[in-house]
Amino acid sequence: MNVVEMLGITKRFPGIVANDQIHLTVKKGEIHALLGENGAGKSTLMNILFGLYQPDEGEIRIKEQPVTITGPTMANKLGIGMVHQHFMLVQPFTVTENIILGDERSKLGIIDVKKAESEIRRLSERYNLKVDPTAKISDISVGMQQRVEILKTLYRGADILIFDEPTAVLTPQEINELMEIMRNLVKEGKTIIFITHKLKEIMSTCDRVTVIRRGKVIKTVDVQDTDENQLAALMVGREVSFEIEKAEANPSQTVLDIANLVVEDNRGVEVVRGLNMQVRAGEVVGLAGVDGNGQTELIEAITGLRPVKGGVIRLGGHDVTNASPRKVTEAGVGHIPEDRHKRGLVLDFSVSENMVLQTYYQEPFSKNGLIQKDEVDKYAERLISEFDVRTPDKHVPIRALSGGNQQKAIIAREVDRNPDFLIAAQPTRGLDVGAIEFIHRRIIEQRDNGKAVLLVSLELDEVLKLSDRVAVIYEGKIVGWVDPKNTSEEELGLLMAGSVKQQEVKAE
Amino acid sequence: MKVLSRINSQSTFITSLLSILLGMLIGAIMMVVAGYDPIAAYNALFVSALVQPYDLGETLRTITPLILTGLAVALAFRTGLFNIGVEGQFIVGQLVAIIVGLKLNLPPVLHAVVAVIAGGLAGAVWGLVPGLLKATRGVHEVIISIMMNFIALYLSNALVFHWMSNGADSTPKIMDSASLRIDAVSQMFGGARLHFGLILAILAAFVMYVLVWRTRLGYELRAVGHNPLAAEYAGMSVKRNIILSMMFSGTFAGLAGAGEALGTSGYLAIQPAFTGIGFDGIAVALLGASTPLGVVLASVLFGILTYGGGNMQFEAGVPFEVIRVVFAAIILFVAANVTGRLLGKFSRNKGGDKRA
Repeated sequence: MNVVEMLGITKRFPGIVANDQIHLTVKKGEIHALLGENGAGKSTLMNILFGLYQPDEGEIRIKEQPVTITGPTMANKLGIGMVHQHFMLVQPFTVTENIILGDERSKLGIIDVKKAESEIRRLSERYNLKVDPTAKISDISVGMQQRVEILKTLYRGADILIFDEPTAVLTPQEINELMEIMRNLVKEGKTIIFITHKLKEIMSTCDRVTVIRRGKVIKTVDVQDTDENQLAALMVGREVSFEIEKAEANPSQTVLDIANLVVEDNRGVEVVRGLNMQVRAGEVVGLAGVDGNGQTELIEAITGLRPVKGGVIRLGGHDVTNASPRKVTEAGVGHIPEDRHKRGLVLDFSVSENMVLQTYYQEPFSKNGLIQKDEVDKYAERLISEFDVRTPDKHVPIRALSGGNQQKAIIAREVDRNPDFLIAAQPTRGLDVGAIEFIHRRIIEQRDNGKAVLLVSLELDEVLKLSDRVAVIYEGKIVGWVDPKNTSEEELGLLMAGSVKQQEVKAE
Repeated sequence: MKVLSRINSQSTFITSLLSILLGMLIGAIMMVVAGYDPIAAYNALFVSALVQPYDLGETLRTITPLILTGLAVALAFRTGLFNIGVEGQFIVGQLVAIIVGLKLNLPPVLHAVVAVIAGGLAGAVWGLVPGLLKATRGVHEVIISIMMNFIALYLSNALVFHWMSNGADSTPKIMDSASLRIDAVSQMFGGARLHFGLILAILAAFVMYVLVWRTRLGYELRAVGHNPLAAEYAGMSVKRNIILSMMFSGTFAGLAGAGEALGTSGYLAIQPAFTGIGFDGIAVALLGASTPLGVVLASVLFGILTYGGGNMQFEAGVPFEVIRVVFAAIILFVAANVTGRLLGKFSRNKGGDKRA
């Protein structure tokens, strides 16, 4: 039975057709992937299905009945639930309170929390979600919070679940667990629509996949009849190479030298605890680790954004321990920050203004205290064309660009300064394959130009593909160095979890 | 702060203009309900604000401090701060300018220049306190600057009463050498109290534009305002920029006070309550979308409404409070982006949908 049929859906926004005659049919009990680049129209289509937008043309049938979905409440009634990418949870509330929020079943104005709690516990056990209904949201991990979002839809009786890029915020372990949960859900008769641009997840978990490009359906295929290369080509519209052609690394002198580094996090807890590492010119060192093992604090300490409590950081022989961010930048460090919106860009600044964020105070961009607009624009124009940043104009706020193009702008800015040492933190997070390919090539290019590169990424295959050496960080220390050519994701996974024994404890 | 920057980004010339018209419409409805003739009232308002030279001069005089306090609020907005202490910075600007005007003995022109600069500096110091506390201790600037308003008000009253007036309720007149009044110009406008502060205010608008959008420092101020974490990443000192921003903002407010003291009144009286000129700066900055030109235009409107509203009371018998209602309605329309929404609906009905 087809539980969802979207027939000839067209949705226009001023200037663009976001969905153009889209046909999507989802069968009961399948995991159906919706694959497309950022801005291809996946989210618009799902917002139509969830009642947030009304289609300009086309028909929707749910469980073979034609319907007009006027809003999320109506969608809920039809059994459609959405797990949003950005969670909508009240932090100081408990799991139960969050789940019943907006659907409080009360008697004489009094909510029977105990009853709701046992209902949620039952649901959690049935789908193997392992959620504690009495825990506070602020105390549980991101992965758990996502499960609360899943429970929210189940509690409201959803049997068609839309997952909007659910893995973007998860660690590799959490991703595996989520895939398992999704398989459990369909086993119990639920149907899942899975919005993603990660091909691997589709191959491992989904039954069918519908590829959308520029608002049109390119093809719907059975996952077993396709492979990652074909899907990527369908999505991007051209052949995409996953393999990075790179020559042997030719490392020379040490550029970054860290000894016995100790750094505290915001709560004053030591999260980098006596870390040692070196990065040499002409090599990419990958830093692999489960999120929250001190990676963020390590980078912030190197770049002067966080005070160092102990140990020494040397750059090209000079001591830069506790140097100011500007001193570090001027010592020859390029930094692609892990969260481009948080640190990397001033979103309300124009593309031009963002291009000189690190150099605005130097000539020729500043003279006698005045910003030289023409120089800035000229420079921005060059970077925009050299790094293929797709923007309608150099003066639009950079907020208006897609994530991939924002990231290209940051990379252009950081690489063009020609730093001896480049830190690339989560350089491809949330980007589509086309942009990833571009960014990977640029990173290797830096290495080949004799620069030292430190790559920090939660994507293991990215670390393995780009790095010449991989350092594994666990609880603030480097616990092992591996050769990416002679290792596997499994071996890395074990190291990342501290040890085999500790991994068993964690899995419980 | 997010709300403020949202308001700034969504105001356009058209939405502001429509908000003004809607605000005046609300005022008209109120007048009709209360039994007044709105057409006669508005007619009286504009005629009495603009037609006679004396009235025009007085309107310009009313506009002058609004531009400066509006710029003060706008500059802080642009750099991510809400300076609600403009009122207090205005008061200390007045106070110090009067002290210099009374107690120092300097040749003409120089005396006025020194008094104006002293007033601006006083405002800067008053802005420095919340800036410093925010930068070093993380205290919200709104709380501190509200408190600073009260300190300024009562400090000013105490000094006037105990030191500068021998127990009277106002100081003597300042020396002529410190006055910002230009007699020839005053006579041209039938003896209106307009003064050199107007030129100063327009210069200040230009200075704000150059400072914020043309200088390296302005680039830093805006970066810190929009995204302090990215500013830190780019090697800027967030603390230094917060302090500087509050000081610049306070300077504009202090200049407004100095202008009022040295140009309009020439003396300082004990004030039972806030003058409201500083608070009106918030409204002016909002309506003007925190741009220098917008602030000047919004000040012109508010100046006309304020001065003309006073005359309207005499000529059409409509109470001045109606004009304050019009002010408030305009600001509500701007803040809630009512007109933006209406326009959006209008264009939606005409063609394609708009992204939510």
